[in-house]
Amino acid sequence: MGAPLTIADVERIAALSQLELTADEKELFRRQLADILQYAEQLQAIDTSGVPATAHVHARVEMERRDEPRESMTLTDVLANAPESDPDAGLFRVPRVIAG
Amino acid sequence: MILERTARGIRDDIAAGRLSAVDVCRAALARIEQLNPVLNAFNHVAGDRALARAAEIDRSRASGDTLGPLAGVPVAVKDNLCVRGMRTTASSRILDRFVAPYDATVVRRLESAGAVIVGKTNCDEFAMGSSNENSAYGPVRNPWDQHRTPGGSSGGSAAAVASRSVMVALGSDTGGSIRQPASFCGVVGLKPTYGRVSRYGLLAFASSLDQIGPLTRTASDAALMLGVLAGPDPADATASPQPVPDFNAALTGDINGVRVGVPRAFVTDGVSDVVRRAFDDALDALKRSGARLVDVELPHARYAIPVYYLVATAEASSNLARYDGVRYGYRALAAAGSALGLQEMYSRTRDEGFGPEVKRRIMLGTYVLSAGYYDAFYLKAQQVRTLLRQDYDAAFEKVDVVAMPTSPTPPFRLGEKTDDPLQMYLADVFTVSANLAGLPAISVPCGFGEQLPIGLQLTGRLFDEAMLLRIADSYQRTTGWHTQAPAV
Repeated sequence: MGAPLTIADVERIAALSQLELTADEKELFRRQLADILQYAEQLQAIDTSGVPATAHVHARVEMERRDEPRESMTLTDVLANAPESDPDAGLFRVPRVIAG
Repeated sequence: MILERTARGIRDDIAAGRLSAVDVCRAALARIEQLNPVLNAFNHVAGDRALARAAEIDRSRASGDTLGPLAGVPVAVKDNLCVRGMRTTASSRILDRFVAPYDATVVRRLESAGAVIVGKTNCDEFAMGSSNENSAYGPVRNPWDQHRTPGGSSGGSAAAVASRSVMVALGSDTGGSIRQPASFCGVVGLKPTYGRVSRYGLLAFASSLDQIGPLTRTASDAALMLGVLAGPDPADATASPQPVPDFNAALTGDINGVRVGVPRAFVTDGVSDVVRRAFDDALDALKRSGARLVDVELPHARYAIPVYYLVATAEASSNLARYDGVRYGYRALAAAGSALGLQEMYSRTRDEGFGPEVKRRIMLGTYVLSAGYYDAFYLKAQQVRTLLRQDYDAAFEKVDVVAMPTSPTPPFRLGEKTDDPLQMYLADVFTVSANLAGLPAISVPCGFGEQLPIGLQLTGRLFDEAMLLRIADSYQRTTGWHTQAPAV
């Protein structure tokens, strides 16, 4: 924190985000994200020692239901939106994962 | 004119045989067809399906069946909610051809109550925005001034209700996305308590903040809609088992002795003169109806914007990881004669499929969750979120609701804030707190400034939508803002 956001930082975040950015996008996002993060720095002035974090407003409510089998979507429905699939085998198709 | 009527009135006339559901549906479809080239409020219209369902309602009435509470009422549904067999795009290129394989719980509930879904409304991509300008299908125009934004992200739903295309619509609200467009378009928008309404079938943006709710012209119709939408759902573990009261019973017209908290110190900077005037006039009107105005402090409310944009983007970066070009949606293609590897396919699909604001938020969220920044940004934001909740807890010991303007300004011009994301985020200053604290909040039309609508926001205790509806309904009985229609 405090240090300005660099293009290398943006490239690192883009890689973690699975986004292939153009050079223009990298520079634009570097500037805009730096502005937003600088604005967010005002939170550092607040004393939060001993304050619990809120991840969820109803976090203490236990929600359970019986683990009973229910009908699920058909394979046809599940595959209907796939960019590439093999409906007969019931599989999604992806590009080759392992080289060779 | 049929389309000027309330959902309640339409339903009762259909049930009594004074109106046919098919005629109502035809009127709505004709109005949508006439206005969509101008307003761009709908991404797609499902005319045949709607007419078929309306005809079913008329048949069930003819055969003497008991009709549901929304029988024959045309409803517009935000395009980030799944309707089985209908395109559901969230206004994103990455879902351009996605056809929902199941119904959202809210859609199922609406249709069980007899509502007729006429189409899917335009919104900011994945509900990320405050102006509807982040849509892959172009911005929605404000029915009051076509050079202005309808607000976002549920801009299409708000414009559809304001333009008398439908009486009621569904929106979703993560940081103000129902209330701010309601304010900008001069209609009522209700964000229920987190957990009041099932999120099953809502394309997730920030799961601890997202909530579905109605946009209507009257608080009375909002009560009718919430009664249909609310309740537990085995498909959403966060949908609360809290009993659902009869919201209609809250519409007593009596607000004598109700305590309305006013956080004066917070409602200062950046609030335009016309908004301040309308807000003060609305408070006076509540006082004349017997409400007591009480000063309250929300010391951490001014930090709500940074907290919100850290928490919401962190959650979004995780939720949107599912769009990878494998199971549904867009997939980037390799140039002729070459092949894309798996990693390359993922990253190119996401770069080509997502718009700039979505990428910006995924990047910001990924950053604040990454090693070395998590404690300083994400954890810190969650801790301040706790302090903000405690502010509201303290306020609600003294008052029944907290009043603020919904937006610091009337609707701004298209293009006015698109180059500066931070300025756009600041437009949400009064709405994001309710999401962070999980509280219900309503925006109700409270005046005009330079012929543009202004909204009054009321925030209530957890699960006390009834109080918000009671006050908003009482206010609408004594004011006529919601009866004014834009000349579109």
